[in-house]
Amino acid sequence: MVTDTLTNVTPATAVKQDQVLLSIQNLRVWFELRRWGFGHAGYVRAVDGVSFDIHCGEAIAIVGESGCGKSSLMKTILAINIPTEGSLTFDGKKLSDMGRAGTRWYRSQVGYIQQDPYGALPPFMSIQRILEEPLIIGGVKNKDQRIARILKVMSEVKMHPPEDFLNKFPHMLSGGQQQRVVIARSMLLEPKLIVADEPVSMLDASVRVEILKLLRGLQEQHDLSFIYITHDLSTVRYFSRRIFVMYAGRLVEKARVDDLIRNPCHPYTLALLAASSDPDANNALRFREVPPGEPPSLVTPPPGCRFHPRCSQAIAGKCDKQDPPDFEVEPDHFVSCWLFE
Amino acid sequence: MNTLRKTFQQISRYPSAVAGSIVIALLVIVAVFTMITIPYKEAIRLWRGGEEVWYQNPKYAAPSWVNLFNKKKLPVSFTIGDGDDAMTKTVEQRGEGTSRITTLYTFDYNYDGFPQELLLYFKTIYTEKQPFVSITWKTPDGRELRIADFGVDPTVTYRFSQDEKLKRRLGGGNAVEALFADPNSEELIPLKGTYQVVMLATAFEEGSDLNAEFVFHGQVFGLAGTDHQRRDLMVPLLWGVPIALAFGLVASLGTSVLTMIIAAIGAWYRGWVDELIQRVTEVNLVLPFLPILIMVGTFFSRSIWVILGVTILLSIFTGAIKGYRAIFLQVRESMYVEAARAYGASDIRIIFVYLIPRMIPLLIPGLVSSVPAFVFLEASLAVLGLGDPVLPTWGKIINDAQTNAALYQGYYYWILEPAVLLMITGLGFAMLGFALDRIFNPRLRGL
Repeated sequence: MVTDTLTNVTPATAVKQDQVLLSIQNLRVWFELRRWGFGHAGYVRAVDGVSFDIHCGEAIAIVGESGCGKSSLMKTILAINIPTEGSLTFDGKKLSDMGRAGTRWYRSQVGYIQQDPYGALPPFMSIQRILEEPLIIGGVKNKDQRIARILKVMSEVKMHPPEDFLNKFPHMLSGGQQQRVVIARSMLLEPKLIVADEPVSMLDASVRVEILKLLRGLQEQHDLSFIYITHDLSTVRYFSRRIFVMYAGRLVEKARVDDLIRNPCHPYTLALLAASSDPDANNALRFREVPPGEPPSLVTPPPGCRFHPRCSQAIAGKCDKQDPPDFEVEPDHFVSCWLFE
Repeated sequence: MNTLRKTFQQISRYPSAVAGSIVIALLVIVAVFTMITIPYKEAIRLWRGGEEVWYQNPKYAAPSWVNLFNKKKLPVSFTIGDGDDAMTKTVEQRGEGTSRITTLYTFDYNYDGFPQELLLYFKTIYTEKQPFVSITWKTPDGRELRIADFGVDPTVTYRFSQDEKLKRRLGGGNAVEALFADPNSEELIPLKGTYQVVMLATAFEEGSDLNAEFVFHGQVFGLAGTDHQRRDLMVPLLWGVPIALAFGLVASLGTSVLTMIIAAIGAWYRGWVDELIQRVTEVNLVLPFLPILIMVGTFFSRSIWVILGVTILLSIFTGAIKGYRAIFLQVRESMYVEAARAYGASDIRIIFVYLIPRMIPLLIPGLVSSVPAFVFLEASLAVLGLGDPVLPTWGKIINDAQTNAALYQGYYYWILEPAVLLMITGLGFAMLGFALDRIFNPRLRGL
């Protein structure tokens, strides 16, 4: 039922398509492993050569299974992780050249919506305090101004009446209300980009649609760029224009959502689509092919294409030797697979 | 604020916590009362003043309340001076500047023991010719004994037991005992009734005057007794309360808060900061605490503030830092800290606004429970002779008692009074601390 409602909606179209807001080039985030507290023992290649652009007002989705590096990529975009290599350019300015004040400004420009709303709110602070924090850090010294801004954003996320919530603590709210507070917090500093890490996966199905509608509404209203990270393909269509499929630290397929659903190319994308849940009674009788094996270790990833040990169509001597570049199978649809050479 | 109110409500459910709170409240009231009624300067004067401050007190006198538990009532010390009802002074002019001053001291004596000493403190005014006094002792059965006749210097103390002539006249034994002894009894028991000291003085000059204070050194004194220097133990017992509370609370608060802050800093920054804190802690854990304090006390300073500082410094880097660090490492990975970083909270802000408040519930019970340890520490140092040389404290009393072999000589009160106060203080804080631990640590509640 959820899927039905979601698929009938046309994806939000960006207004200022031409202007690139965030550009990521060949980004690598490696974590050093240490033995006995010192001594090098290799790297965890969480993000290994990721490049993409996001335009102003555009919503993209990054899908991939657990441990594929989505969270590391997300934290790098949030300027929590420092990239090992590659560059991140926001609004024409390189993050690595921004300095202290610049990073603070950058952080105010990027909102963050987390997966677990309860964990994302400090349990010892009241809602008012939680929502004041970003404004205090953002330099709003006047308390009345802060409260006014908080009340405005709270009504934007449809917490009515907002005054009733100010003195409550996170544990007194329902899951949906908690998530609304998290969304309100990410919106307070009027960001241009929102990073949402599975914003609805911890919520009840009934609340899920409401929250997704809310996010969609906010995105259109404020012309926000949106990075939606998930492993659940069924919610992606709801407001993303493009979709990136991530596997073992790399983006293996980048396409518009419709193109990807209509014409999935990479064998991993096919497997992912096949595994996505679809509430259809016939599914109980149907057998679905799932690629064998486990996702590879990010410490010692397989040579060549990272998917080749699990891929049924792997070309021996090629896929296990050489890294596949991005091939454009149709306009704006890139696949990193030797099958499309 | 809500949590605070809830905590108070829960405290009232634990009788031991209520008792502990009452004890602590009483101690605080006593401390405030003491500091108001006996200001610091006055306390130091009473504690370190010298013989002219303490002359009215007997030596080694037990507190008066021992009479409640004894069948044999011991004489209570008192003083009769100018303006007291028990003293009557009449001045009679005899012409040519000569005057005759008669002073009567009357007191009831209903005790079963003998006093330590009787004294007369004279204050005389004259220019050339000394006044002359003759002192007579009137017993309840009507006897009149001549004590002494002498010329009086401007300030002079006449001690009854030190007068060799009086001693010989009364039979060679203890003069004071002989004055009170019942002549009809075989045994040496005092005669009860009203005694009178009659002092006849003759002044030979115009304007010459003579005043004397009669001081009776019984065997019991005041509510707390006295020590080897005739000091009233009430002063150090009362002043020990604010000092012990201040030392215990400041040390406990300083230690817990600093430990928490340092643990949070280490856990947040990780890397070499954390390593340094951990290694310092491990080294400090094996260093002997008391010997270091003794060294500081011996070579550097015995001021309570220096000792307090060193105590806090040495207590910061203890096992607690490891415990706090373990929890901070968990909290630092929590989602709300990640969110705080994402909206640009600085390191300092994360440590003080996001990490430390989470630990306050753990901090409070530990803080309350560790107060007695520091109170005892201060007392232990004083007992070891490293107490603050100026301040009157409980530990100092025990130290004096120990150096004067109080227990060996049977002056139990001298040790028991400070010991009981120390025990009550420890008990009060421990009872409250345990209950707080249960309130803040729900897992302990079932025990």
